[in-house]
Amino acid sequence: MVKRPLGWRYGVQVTTTASGRRTGRASTIALKLLMAVTGVVFVLYVLVHMYGNLMAFGGQETFDTYAHHLRELLTPMLPYGGFLWVMRVVLVASLVGHAGAAFALWSRANKARDQRYVVKKAVRATLSSRTMRWGGVALLAFVVFHLLHLTTHTIDPAGTGGDSPYLRLVEGFELWWVTLIYLVAMVALGMHLRHGAFSALQTLGLTSTKKRYRIAQGFGLTLAIVIAGGFSLVPLSVLVGIIQ
Amino acid sequence: MNLTLKIWRQASGDAQGEMKTYPIEDVSPDMSFLEMLDVLNERLTAQGEEPVAFDSDCREGICGMCGLMINGVAHGPEVTTTCQLHMRSFSDGDEITIEPWRASGFPVLRDLCVDRSAFDRIIAAGGYVSVNTGAAPDAHATPVPKENADRAFDAATCISCGACVAACPNGSASLFLGAKITHLAELPQGQAERHSRVLSMVHQHDLEGFGGCTNIGECTAVCPKEIPQDVIATLNHDMRHALWHRV
Repeated sequence: MVKRPLGWRYGVQVTTTASGRRTGRASTIALKLLMAVTGVVFVLYVLVHMYGNLMAFGGQETFDTYAHHLRELLTPMLPYGGFLWVMRVVLVASLVGHAGAAFALWSRANKARDQRYVVKKAVRATLSSRTMRWGGVALLAFVVFHLLHLTTHTIDPAGTGGDSPYLRLVEGFELWWVTLIYLVAMVALGMHLRHGAFSALQTLGLTSTKKRYRIAQGFGLTLAIVIAGGFSLVPLSVLVGIIQ
Repeated sequence: MNLTLKIWRQASGDAQGEMKTYPIEDVSPDMSFLEMLDVLNERLTAQGEEPVAFDSDCREGICGMCGLMINGVAHGPEVTTTCQLHMRSFSDGDEITIEPWRASGFPVLRDLCVDRSAFDRIIAAGGYVSVNTGAAPDAHATPVPKENADRAFDAATCISCGACVAACPNGSASLFLGAKITHLAELPQGQAERHSRVLSMVHQHDLEGFGGCTNIGECTAVCPKEIPQDVIATLNHDMRHALWHRV
């Protein structure tokens, strides 16, 4: 086969053309793919987490037993608490990938429009899609607070002490401001998931027909309602006295 | 109609630009937006001022040369090109802000003119079939399903005007890129170079300084050819496969 330079048929002098070989891995789309895959990890995790939280409706014994069994999961194949540590390593690695790619893309987006418009209107953007970046930062701040509160017990607003996860949960949510922080965080999570879940399917290239595109948008909204709603049920139930 | 125009004036690429206000009277609602600017330029010339530089060519919405940010929306309030926008879309007394496309990949040349040769370089990086496929084959020689042919055709209506980049909050050219990738990915002639094409074109896109897609959809909302956002899914799909095959 005769090897001709790219663009010869059009008389185009190609000077900046990339050779296919060194391309791809640090591209905007590769970073988006990393965000999509790590996002899927987070979605699966929060679904399991939500299932665990809903155990609170079964009362103290059910909830505390579930929490204890999480630590004994896969023992003696794994040491006590080993399964949780595997989860934590996967989650931290996903967080580093997700947030790292997000900040890299954020910076590229700022550079791509170095001069702002005097007037710029949003035509199609939703509140969810426009708040992905700052919303993500807010969620990260919440996760830090949440870990200090219920994982490390560094923050113990209700002064519960002891080792009953159920009591820490219920007594924490009996304080109005703790409940408020969690409910606001769930709204933020719902908004992040509504656009994020759709966006992940689009980035993975699974929405290339009009029908699948619509299904993906519906999926994002449904997932957001199910997860944000499911998590909110527990603090709301403590608030109205269903869980005591 | 009497209008107040606020127009971005910038003498050259290196010069500092600023918004300037021009009142304009007796505008006919039947004028196109560009004809209205022509009238303004005639008056400016008569007054000894520099006319406002803007791009246009066919003025019938098929060439992709014109493109202005009008009141914060690419190509203005109608889903069409700037040349096919008419003054009846505005009301007497309106204030209209006119700015150039703003993206690092589209540097301003003068006033409202930007350099869109970045798009040419993205196409040159792989947006074609590099072997001569000869004359049009017999219609039944290579069957192409109707859905694929229609989608390829819809994607091929992209006129490379750059409105997608102008509207994107991330300054991404993903809709343009998606249209070009989908156009060839749906047809048999595009299959052989499918992976190398997407890798090279995405690489060139990033090199030109365009940002990443966040699937917000501002691009498709202003696209005068109404290219749907699902072409970006095809772009992402092809990129994922190309990256996988490279591993």
